[in-house]
Amino acid sequence: MSLPVQISVPARDAPRIRLDPFDHLWFQVTGTLCNLACTHCFISCSPSNRSLGFLDYEYVIRTLHDSREFAVKEYYFTGGEPFMHPRLLDMLEQTLAIGLATVMTNGTLFRDSTIQRLARMRDASIYSLEMRVSIDGPDAATNDPIRGQGTFARAMAGVKKLVDAGFLPIITMAQTWDHAESESVYRKMRQALLELGYLRPRVKMLPSIRLGAEVARSRGYRDDERVTPQMLQGYDTSNLICSNSRIVSDRGVHVCPILIEQPDSILGQTLKEAASRDYPLRHQACYTCWLHGAICTNASTAAQGREVAVSAASARTQTQDLSL
Amino acid sequence: MLYSRVAIFGGVYSNHLALRAAIEDARRRGVQKLFCLGDLGAFGPNPDRVFPLLIDAGVVTMQGNYDNSIGNDLPDCQCGYTDPADNYYARLSYQYTYHKTSPRWRAWLKSLPSQIRFELKSDLAGIRSELPNPQPWRVLCCHGSPRKINEFLRESTTPTHLLEKFCDDFDADVIVATHTGLPWMRRLSRGRLFVNCGVLGRPANDGSPLVGYTILDADDPNLATYVPLAYDHESLAAEMRAEQLPEPFVQTILTGWWTTCLEILPARERARGKW
Repeated sequence: MSLPVQISVPARDAPRIRLDPFDHLWFQVTGTLCNLACTHCFISCSPSNRSLGFLDYEYVIRTLHDSREFAVKEYYFTGGEPFMHPRLLDMLEQTLAIGLATVMTNGTLFRDSTIQRLARMRDASIYSLEMRVSIDGPDAATNDPIRGQGTFARAMAGVKKLVDAGFLPIITMAQTWDHAESESVYRKMRQALLELGYLRPRVKMLPSIRLGAEVARSRGYRDDERVTPQMLQGYDTSNLICSNSRIVSDRGVHVCPILIEQPDSILGQTLKEAASRDYPLRHQACYTCWLHGAICTNASTAAQGREVAVSAASARTQTQDLSL
Repeated sequence: MLYSRVAIFGGVYSNHLALRAAIEDARRRGVQKLFCLGDLGAFGPNPDRVFPLLIDAGVVTMQGNYDNSIGNDLPDCQCGYTDPADNYYARLSYQYTYHKTSPRWRAWLKSLPSQIRFELKSDLAGIRSELPNPQPWRVLCCHGSPRKINEFLRESTTPTHLLEKFCDDFDADVIVATHTGLPWMRRLSRGRLFVNCGVLGRPANDGSPLVGYTILDADDPNLATYVPLAYDHESLAAEMRAEQLPEPFVQTILTGWWTTCLEILPARERARGKW
């Protein structure tokens, strides 16, 4: 169970965010069940955490159908570890018939038959199938203390299987190092992926979300880390995930993937209910979103861009020079 | 306004040589009107060379996010490139374009409309059987999407149900956009159509130095045709080098492969390119 989050302001005092447009629909397909137990997981997923359960296949398909009324643009599949769901591939196939699908995975459970089927459905659809693999460092020394012994090697092997099958996976690294090291970490990860044979590595760095197991690993939010109405003046609220997303779990439809364990995060039992209700930014985790933008979705945000500047561009230019 | 055959140009990106070639090509093909959907600067050399061409040819020109930024003295192009690799080159390009666009043209960019509407109708007496009545096609031209100037509508990330909703909500039978740099089309219900008209500014990440534009023709059963366009790309590359623009930009003009602004691409579009 994750630690309770300090609710810093009463709902009536918190700035409220409306969902407009409803661009991203998330499915928490395996709840909080995962084959790993990462020490920074903001919802403390593990092989024994069943606080959120699996989603029923028929329910996912009905929800996909319902989502069309809202002109949802992108579909995300997360957990826990989505590949632990026996019908994930069927869900992805149905999704790719109507829109882009992204799967967030730890990359450690890829059977050859799974990769082959993913490749077939990717080739059969006009929409993109994005694979996002979480690897929290460019080597075992950085990654394994967080994700578990041997997980770096297993995840990189998973990435190699994807790359060999023609995928361009997005590798996401949750930052557990000092800001000053970010450029170096980014460059090292690109290098590690190049050595794997991934010649066009796509890498995203994510900030720490100070919830769940992460609180014990490093720290929770400080008292001053919260969103005030003043902080929204002149701020582009389309940066906030609650302005464009909702997530479905086996308990209902929540405001965002980060707050999914918070009782007040459920905005309704249907997409329509949850889409029509706005959300007060009362949780301290909202501060991470405010600061960094909607880190959960695929596109990078301005604040992430500040983490590494010139070196990333020059890193790719060097790669191009070698290949030309 | 009512037309039967028009040409629609996408982002020019300061490629005045491609623009000149496109105007000549479209006139040879007998269009009644020329439209340009914005992003007149960025990437290429000597932005001021573009504007007189548009004015003299009577091109109905719309404001893109780039023009909105330059015209309003904003600090960046509003493309949403924030991955560090994309952003590095985007910033270079914007600084160059901003400082090389003279104040009189910046004022003109600021004044451009954000959308264009017109109607397309055949001169022939034919009736399109899909429609309940013979009627003109209501065409809506926008830069990114009907709801947002810098929204990327790419083929692999834009569900058909979203395009249908745009047609319903914005009272259009044909929606034309640019912004992404990659041309594509999708047929919708009731004979409606979405078109990304492509861009003149740089190639479509396909290994060919050709650029392109789109013709809408009410007498064509397909309604829209993408027209690949050759122009003197070697001269443009030489001009870019003379202006000391980044070599990766020049390589794109010469080889037809994007070398920058790649991180923002989704998987399908990224996979089709070389880098």
